[in-house]
Amino acid sequence: MVSAEETKVVLTGEEALDAPSPAIHTQDLAKRYGRTIALTGLTMTVGRGEIFGFLGPNGAGKTTAVKLLVGLIHPTAGQGWVLGKPLGDRETRRRIGYLPELFRYQDWLSGREVLDLHCDLAGIPREQRRNEIDSALATVGLGRRGEDRVGTYSKGMQQRLGLGVALLGNPELVFLDEPTSALDPVGRHDVREIIRGLKERGTTVFLNSHLLNEVEQVCDRVAVINRGGVLAIGTLDEIRVGEASVRLRLTRVGPPAEEILRRAGARDEGEWQVIPNLSDDAVPDLVARLVAVGAAIHAVEPARSTLEDEFLHLLGGRDAGPDNPAA
Amino acid sequence: MPVLTILLLSLREASRRKLLIAIAILTAVAVILSAWGFQHLLQIPCGSPGRRHPCSPLDNKIEAATLLVLLMFMFSFILALGAAFLAAPAIAGEVESGVALSMLARPIRRGDLVLGKWLGLVVLIFVYAALAAGLEFVVERLLIGYTATNSLFVILFLVAEAMITLTLSLALSTRLPAMTSGIIALVLFGMVWMGGVTGGVGAALHNRTIQDVGTVSSLVLPTDGLWRGAVYNLEPAALISIGQSSGEARANPFFVSQPPATAYLFWAAIWVTGVLSIGVWSFNRREL
Repeated sequence: MVSAEETKVVLTGEEALDAPSPAIHTQDLAKRYGRTIALTGLTMTVGRGEIFGFLGPNGAGKTTAVKLLVGLIHPTAGQGWVLGKPLGDRETRRRIGYLPELFRYQDWLSGREVLDLHCDLAGIPREQRRNEIDSALATVGLGRRGEDRVGTYSKGMQQRLGLGVALLGNPELVFLDEPTSALDPVGRHDVREIIRGLKERGTTVFLNSHLLNEVEQVCDRVAVINRGGVLAIGTLDEIRVGEASVRLRLTRVGPPAEEILRRAGARDEGEWQVIPNLSDDAVPDLVARLVAVGAAIHAVEPARSTLEDEFLHLLGGRDAGPDNPAA
Repeated sequence: MPVLTILLLSLREASRRKLLIAIAILTAVAVILSAWGFQHLLQIPCGSPGRRHPCSPLDNKIEAATLLVLLMFMFSFILALGAAFLAAPAIAGEVESGVALSMLARPIRRGDLVLGKWLGLVVLIFVYAALAAGLEFVVERLLIGYTATNSLFVILFLVAEAMITLTLSLALSTRLPAMTSGIIALVLFGMVWMGGVTGGVGAALHNRTIQDVGTVSSLVLPTDGLWRGAVYNLEPAALISIGQSSGEARANPFFVSQPPATAYLFWAAIWVTGVLSIGVWSFNRREL
């Protein structure tokens, strides 16, 4: 795992220089609302074509960070670049898509009309619009409801529409702020597929979420933030490196086997014995010794820590809690 | 062109939200009722009880003009406050609901949204005022043979008055919640109207200080000053000349003996431009 402090050093050095125009680069980006610190010193780089997860509990400052990157709010300190241009650059917005956390669209327009409005605002040529709109509606599964008023849509359908809006014009970078908050399991699966499709097209996706499972399934790299600060940043493997372990299901455990397990640092989790920090190479030897003393081995599984384990561990180390009102 | 897109969107919203059909029905009802009322009121004989006699054509004209001024006062009130309440949620409502978030993430200026909304509402107000007031004038002309001296100017002054409350309310809504923006515009409108009446009383009593209250209030919010322009163009020449010879008439908020000065009309234009610019500036700096 790479700590926030380590990340700052790494990213302000060679990595940043080697990538002259990453999708996103921020340097000590901060946002304060009066006395409330919403974001403090965000330094990160998101490469082109990456699926980047931005993780944190409610009130951690995730949405503040996205709004800064999209240019809806102004930073109080620090700098940032999106697609090589400074934050707030109007022309850059032609190349990005955005699904806000608060997704609301004109409920007196049809879904198709909302998409047409956004094509207009994005400057998409009139002759391309029909294809763009048809494609967006089909991608988000609203092909049959495109002509209906948004006011008749369920919340999940409105979120799908928002996703369609964000995909218009084949953007180079898409910001998705809690894109599955209103969706059922089928919808969540669909969104994951859409994100994978974007990756295949080379689109960068900045995925803001507190749903760890969702992030774990699609993201290349993640940043974990809380209370406006970055706790860790790196690939999923780097984030989860803390506990590479093995778990064993065994019976006929006599005192010699108990002693072997105790020496290996086993943790009794009911049916399973979890051996932390055990490298793959050491597993056959451990199993052989246990068998030699009469233990019956029924199953041996890698028990790598989940992102959730690491997330909770990280937050626990920093007095976690949604005390900060900035979301 | 984003401004045009937002303008057309505002008009479409008014239509889809059934605003157009609602005001069309209400206007038709108002015109029918006022025509019926005018006809009956003008049949009442002149003179004091016991010495009634048929009214002279001049009496009828003055009575009709007075009734028309009162009717137009109600209309201007509805128009000005309607404009304020339409404008109040135009920006604030979209920010509060979140609709503005995805739109402003597009390559448009925030000023485009403010100007587009403003233009859309101005078009709406103008079309409504022209149709409703025009219909009223035509019906009165057919039924009682009298209409405003200069109908076009009346409509323009009424629209200009509504543009003041519309602009104020829209500019406020770039920062304040819709409800607060609408209420501020409503209260200021009422205060300035009272300021105009107070100034008229000051003029009738030759009290400079009280007269200045009216002058200052008409500069702070030029609604009452523009309403007086509409009144002047509603009145027949005979009524104006009678009023000019009467000092007390200057205290009457429904009578005007002089049209607004050209400089005042320039001030009203500068006021609208200035307040709208402040609204754009304010919205540009707003954190969404």
